[in-house]
Amino acid sequence: MPITTADVLACLRKMADVIHENKEYLTELDSAIGDADHGINMDRGFQSVLKKLPSVEDKDAGTILKTAGMALVSSVGGAGGPLYGTAFMQAGMAVAGKYELEAEDILAALEAALKGVVMRGKANLGDKTMVDAITPAVAAMREALRNGAGTAEALEQATAAAEKGMKDTIPMLAKKGRASYLGERSIGHQDPGATSSYLLIRTIAEIAREKE
Amino acid sequence: MKKLINKPEDVVKEELEGVALAYPDLVKVHFDPDFVYRADAPVKGKVAVISGGGSGHEPMHGGFVGVGMLDAACPGQVFTSPTPDQMLEAAKTVNSGAGVLYIVKNYTGDVMNFEMAADLARTEGIRVLNILIDDDVAVQDSLYTAGRRGVGTTVLAEKIVGAAAEKGYDLKKVADLCRKVNINGRSMGMALTPCTVPMAGKPTFELAEDEMEIGIGIHGEPGRKRMKLKTADEITEMLALSIIEDSTYTRTVREWDEDKGEWVDVTLVDPPFKAGDQVLAFVNSMGGTPDIELAIIYRKLHEICEKKGLKIVRNLVGRYITSLEMQGCSITLLKMDDEMIELWDAPVKTPGLRWGI
Repeated sequence: MPITTADVLACLRKMADVIHENKEYLTELDSAIGDADHGINMDRGFQSVLKKLPSVEDKDAGTILKTAGMALVSSVGGAGGPLYGTAFMQAGMAVAGKYELEAEDILAALEAALKGVVMRGKANLGDKTMVDAITPAVAAMREALRNGAGTAEALEQATAAAEKGMKDTIPMLAKKGRASYLGERSIGHQDPGATSSYLLIRTIAEIAREKE
Repeated sequence: MKKLINKPEDVVKEELEGVALAYPDLVKVHFDPDFVYRADAPVKGKVAVISGGGSGHEPMHGGFVGVGMLDAACPGQVFTSPTPDQMLEAAKTVNSGAGVLYIVKNYTGDVMNFEMAADLARTEGIRVLNILIDDDVAVQDSLYTAGRRGVGTTVLAEKIVGAAAEKGYDLKKVADLCRKVNINGRSMGMALTPCTVPMAGKPTFELAEDEMEIGIGIHGEPGRKRMKLKTADEITEMLALSIIEDSTYTRTVREWDEDKGEWVDVTLVDPPFKAGDQVLAFVNSMGGTPDIELAIIYRKLHEICEKKGLKIVRNLVGRYITSLEMQGCSITLLKMDDEMIELWDAPVKTPGLRWGI
């Protein structure tokens, strides 16, 4: 069964819940290697997304995602705002005009999101950023679909890859963002951006699973 | 957490309300999106100089809005970059038609948000250039990090560039001057205590009673090195020598190329200080360090500069770019030429810096 715009809306609402529940956890991770605001900023951003959703309930998936992206850009601040905002806007452009999303559409949206994040932040794999969680997730989903997996299963494999990517940031030396200023001292801490990316990807998988 | 606040989530909004009430002759405050702007903006024929960044560094940037300095300042949440909608709206409000310069401290978030804002403003027909400030010598290499952070030199750039805009420099000249100030300025900071972001409720890092952190930025982030507390003279020497003995610093930054109509990578080179240079010496409190201690720091800095053959032609001592209530200080040295000295001396009238008017 394809993912409908109602599912997309439910997914964004659930993302807001998940971020809210993990607000302190993300902030704590950020206080080790950043400036202790990632959870706070992301929570403020997704609360702003929630406020915007009623105005696009009858719109296509692309418009809904772009609206969420705009809300994030104008409310999150920090690096997270432009990065996640760009990710959602690019994902929205990839599924513009669609009211039902097949597995390939979701993959295209995730690929566009990743491309947007890389364009905006110029981070490479291994720099200890969001990119380290999203890149393996996109690759895992692509691979799963090629092997005949359904939407939920492919997204669950993407989640597992994102989780591994997130944990793999622990021994990494940060090369982007504020954590890079710590040099060697950034080693041994999990990247907060990779963590929020994992949480969001996991939420998409959960929505897809509930659907099946 | 012990602070003079009401609710943590209201800190920035209530601060802006207070600023508007305290300085109605100098500034106005626009809410949602939030920005502070000159009471007489837009000033006919003048390039508009806008800066912004996370809150918690007061008086920077909002306290530097006024005659001879900034036309507008966009405050983010505490230690969090402001967002493009604020920067765009501020540009629309203060642009007189002569264009806008965004002075951006080199932090990943600030850079991205100001780049997005500049792109948006250009689609609305506003000429915008972005110049980065990246003067923190605590960050040694630019290859494996986001590059040097923007710290103390930002205050000096806002004053000098603001005076140039007031004097009638065009946008290109204002931007070139800002770049010149940046490559001639270097800073280094240290902390005796961490600080507490109101929304987080607890200190950003921990320091034992007998420890200090060297090479901090301005966001309560830990620095490069933690060590046992030393005397003021020893600390001043450590900070000053990191600046004076810093070698040539080269990095690539993104700037907007008006002729090509695209963002281009520009390589900038900071020359090291040398004996005979004229400098502005800036001793800054991180928020919680009192003037009495800053004077002790300045005393030693003066001696070190003299010994190294640097001639202090101007100085600034006080609390100008802070990390909330953090105890600690930063030192900035800016190599001055006659143009910069004249612009430094030009009249300024803002909540945080006033002379000559």
